[in-house]
Amino acid sequence: MKNYLSRYIAWRKYNFQLALKKAKKRKMCYIFLAPYALLFTVFFILPVLISIFYSFTYYNILEPPRFIGLKNYINLILQDDIFLISVKNTFLIALITGPLGYFASFLFAWLLNELPRWLRSIAVIIFYAPSIAGNAYVIFSIFFRGDTYGYVNAFLMDLGIINAPVLWLVNPDYMLPICMLVILWMSLGTGFLSFVAGLQGIDKSLYEAGYVDGIRNRWQELWYITLPNMKPMLMFGAVMSITQSFGVCEVTMALCGYPSTDYAAHTIVTHLFDYGYSRFEMGYASAIATLLFLIMILCNKAIQSLLRRVGT
Amino acid sequence: MKKKKTVKIQHQKRKILKRRKPNRSRIGDFFIYLFLILVALCMVFPLVFAICSALKSLDELFIFPPKLFPRHPTMDNFFDLFVTMGKSWVPFSRYIANTVMITIGGTAGHLIIASMGAYVLAKYDFPGGQTFFRLVTVALMFSGYVTAIPNYLIINRLGWVDTHWAIIVPAFAAPIGLFLMKQFMEGLPMSLIESAKIDGASEWKVFVRIVMPNVKPAWLTMIIFSVQSLWNNRGATFIYSEERKTLVYAMQQIQNSGIARTGQAAAITVITMLVPIIIFILAESQVIETMASSGLKE
Repeated sequence: MKNYLSRYIAWRKYNFQLALKKAKKRKMCYIFLAPYALLFTVFFILPVLISIFYSFTYYNILEPPRFIGLKNYINLILQDDIFLISVKNTFLIALITGPLGYFASFLFAWLLNELPRWLRSIAVIIFYAPSIAGNAYVIFSIFFRGDTYGYVNAFLMDLGIINAPVLWLVNPDYMLPICMLVILWMSLGTGFLSFVAGLQGIDKSLYEAGYVDGIRNRWQELWYITLPNMKPMLMFGAVMSITQSFGVCEVTMALCGYPSTDYAAHTIVTHLFDYGYSRFEMGYASAIATLLFLIMILCNKAIQSLLRRVGT
Repeated sequence: MKKKKTVKIQHQKRKILKRRKPNRSRIGDFFIYLFLILVALCMVFPLVFAICSALKSLDELFIFPPKLFPRHPTMDNFFDLFVTMGKSWVPFSRYIANTVMITIGGTAGHLIIASMGAYVLAKYDFPGGQTFFRLVTVALMFSGYVTAIPNYLIINRLGWVDTHWAIIVPAFAAPIGLFLMKQFMEGLPMSLIESAKIDGASEWKVFVRIVMPNVKPAWLTMIIFSVQSLWNNRGATFIYSEERKTLVYAMQQIQNSGIARTGQAAAITVITMLVPIIIFILAESQVIETMASSGLKE
């Protein structure tokens, strides 16, 4: 046993020395990477670590942080009803708009792929535009305005479906569905572009070979040829869409207000803002951030292992 | 007899193959086109609506029943932005200047710093490189909100609160830019770099003269993503002086100031949305080329 251990240590030492030698030879690589690595560490890695650290403390900026163990997490889950509402809302939005947006991205990329070149580039602009149009989604607050000036109200009243204006963005029954609609409108984003590009990159001769081998319609073609060839893009698109759908907050804040009536459109991120920027309970807010971080990473890992099985 | 039949079938097969698209039915194509047109109309309607209302005069905005297209299109709302805001303490052009400055500064720095990192990660095998890249892909998996509070604390410690640096410098390290650039650079032949080195070029020269000109599509993609996030950055947590606020921040203030400003709100919405869209239209084919290598390998 001892012999084995010492050999293992020697082996590690040898590997380490080898790496060191290599590193010395490639000094220039580290110089090139250094600026990015430094900034990335300061603004991405360090914040995650700080967030985990503060989540175990009581910290209000004025006093130095005080270690309180798991109390933040216990309070969050057992006592904070509003947090539970926000978790419910976030999961509802993420579970509905995430997969729907993802499938829509793929579906439209796939359908657009058949169009002639010039038409396809116009169509890609049209479908992609909402997601890069910045704050254009506030237009929806004009459509869904609560008085008779709101177009949806005016339209429905004209048809006689309703006879008094509906307070779309104040009534808890309608808030979430409207937000989901807007999020779906904006969901053809980076993943969609990746799919469009991936579909164009598939070798055309594969389809001809598939035809000779007896593939008879577009669905078989999709499952046996297109999807397996797009796996890396599918992964990338999934990462983008999961990250986006759990981080939802801007749309709900812009449309339903912050805080929204009865917290009906409260999400995890708005809860985090509430504690972080309004109440300055940084420790508590860090606990929320850490939970959100874990949710996002775990969900990403789960979906990735699921996607590995596509087309096999 | 049997032989004739097989020949006939083969002939048919060849005929179908000769058509531009085998495995496609006419009816299916028709319904797909119809579906695409309908969805495209839904997608584009709110944007067209925003542009149209920005071109309407105030009395036309509240006409009932509403008309989509303005009867007498005017640019009044855009001029009003400068006039009404011009009298206020901070002129409107100031907000535009701030946002333009943040966008250009952040994008330029991001392009240089992330490309340098991406180049060595893509083309050289050195200890720690793979691990670092894996960390960057993990960073793609959580959104910036997770790190919002520690980021504020760090920027506070650096003394950048209420300066534009608070938005510009973190943008340099955006993981998506490095990720896409690295994936694209992997397609660059190593022989190109080596032959330049044999000719006696230094590493830096190789990077500037050989590598960068060959990855122009990836630049444009990086620029698009960076501009898009910086142009729409509100910066509300870091910036509180009126004269340093961004365009989107100003836009929210106008939108919240009631129904009489509807026209101006629409005008400013149009300004903020058109810039990223126009850049995308100009760079579309290059962006698609870059995204072809965007895949996440296991």
